[in-house]
Amino acid sequence: MARLDSILDLIGDTPLVDVSRLSPNPRVRLLIKLEGQNPTGSVKDRIALAMVEAAERDGTLRPGQTILEPSSGNTGIGLALVCRVKGYGLKVVLPENVSVERRQLLEIFGAEVVLSPGAEGSNGAVRMAEKLAADTPEYAFLYQYGNPDNPGGHYRGTGPEIWRDCPEVTHFVAGLGTSGTLMGVGRYLKEQNPAVQVWAVEPPAGELVQGLRSLDEGYIPPVFRDWGGPELLDRKLIVRPRESIEWTRRLLDEAGIFGGLSSGAAMAGAARAAADADEGVGVTLAPDGGWKYLSTGAWTDPLDDVVERAPRIIYL
Amino acid sequence: MPVEVRLPTMFRGDAAGQASVKANGGTIGEVLDDLVRQFPRLGGKIVTDDGTLHRFVNVYCNDEDVRYLDKLDTKLADDDIVTILPAVAGG
Repeated sequence: MARLDSILDLIGDTPLVDVSRLSPNPRVRLLIKLEGQNPTGSVKDRIALAMVEAAERDGTLRPGQTILEPSSGNTGIGLALVCRVKGYGLKVVLPENVSVERRQLLEIFGAEVVLSPGAEGSNGAVRMAEKLAADTPEYAFLYQYGNPDNPGGHYRGTGPEIWRDCPEVTHFVAGLGTSGTLMGVGRYLKEQNPAVQVWAVEPPAGELVQGLRSLDEGYIPPVFRDWGGPELLDRKLIVRPRESIEWTRRLLDEAGIFGGLSSGAAMAGAARAAADADEGVGVTLAPDGGWKYLSTGAWTDPLDDVVERAPRIIYL
Repeated sequence: MPVEVRLPTMFRGDAAGQASVKANGGTIGEVLDDLVRQFPRLGGKIVTDDGTLHRFVNVYCNDEDVRYLDKLDTKLADDDIVTILPAVAGG
């Protein structure tokens, strides 16, 4: 497929690469799906396209309309590509403390960026976008956290690709953000084989977001409840910044895979699943490539310095 | 036996400003009960009146979410670390 009608045709069908040399258990193979191969370099291109096409079909998105979305970066960048190709405007509410490359890419692709307070993390961006959407009904508010085509895009795309390429999968391990990847892929894989274990890894985000004053400001993405998250997940683990960065470096040093920092977190979770299992095949997912994190010094600065800075930068 | 319990910023004011405290118990539920005995202002905030974890609280035993282990009945050993965090968004 060297000749395509549109850059959007390059979204999805990403490669699955064997990284068993990183497995702590010789009886458990590990494979990682490289979502950095999508056109803007992240898994979020999938849901950007899925949500926009669904909104076009059901009429909530009209030609020339402007889309509004809260995002810590990658969903915004994916939407910016889709909007540029399809002729929509885009306004992204972005926490002010994401890596500088994310903001640069949004602007290059033509999105308008509205900054939300860094101390409130993604919760603050969600709240600000909800208020903007309520005050300005002419925006199309796709709202990845509650949009069924976020997990739906993974249920129809990412999940079947993994099953096609690795039907022997016993464990699926992925990062928990909006929960779209885990809900969509997890449901699809369990429908094919109910014995597949689905493990979530998350950053200690509640520790990093210092601006929350009470539990009333807590947040669970609606898609997590709507898709039966509490029943679907088998385990849920915190992976801390040091371990994420160590595994991000190991992916590069030992397997030649240049993934973003959440790829390291996912790989750390996959390694824990491998250590826990008697035997099997673990599949994990690298949500993006490393390009957008060069400014964090993740590969170049002393590990302690990168870890010390990590709580001040949203990188997942 | 006491275990270490790490508190998020929003609960430290109810626990004499401490980020980390010791509490006794053989299960997560017993440790959280002891936490409220020591710091009554935390009452109802982590475990609600109906005896379940508050929906916007995540409790971890050695970085594993206890909702996916045995919930409040999750057993603890001496060197375990319990971490309490608010549920926040990613993505």
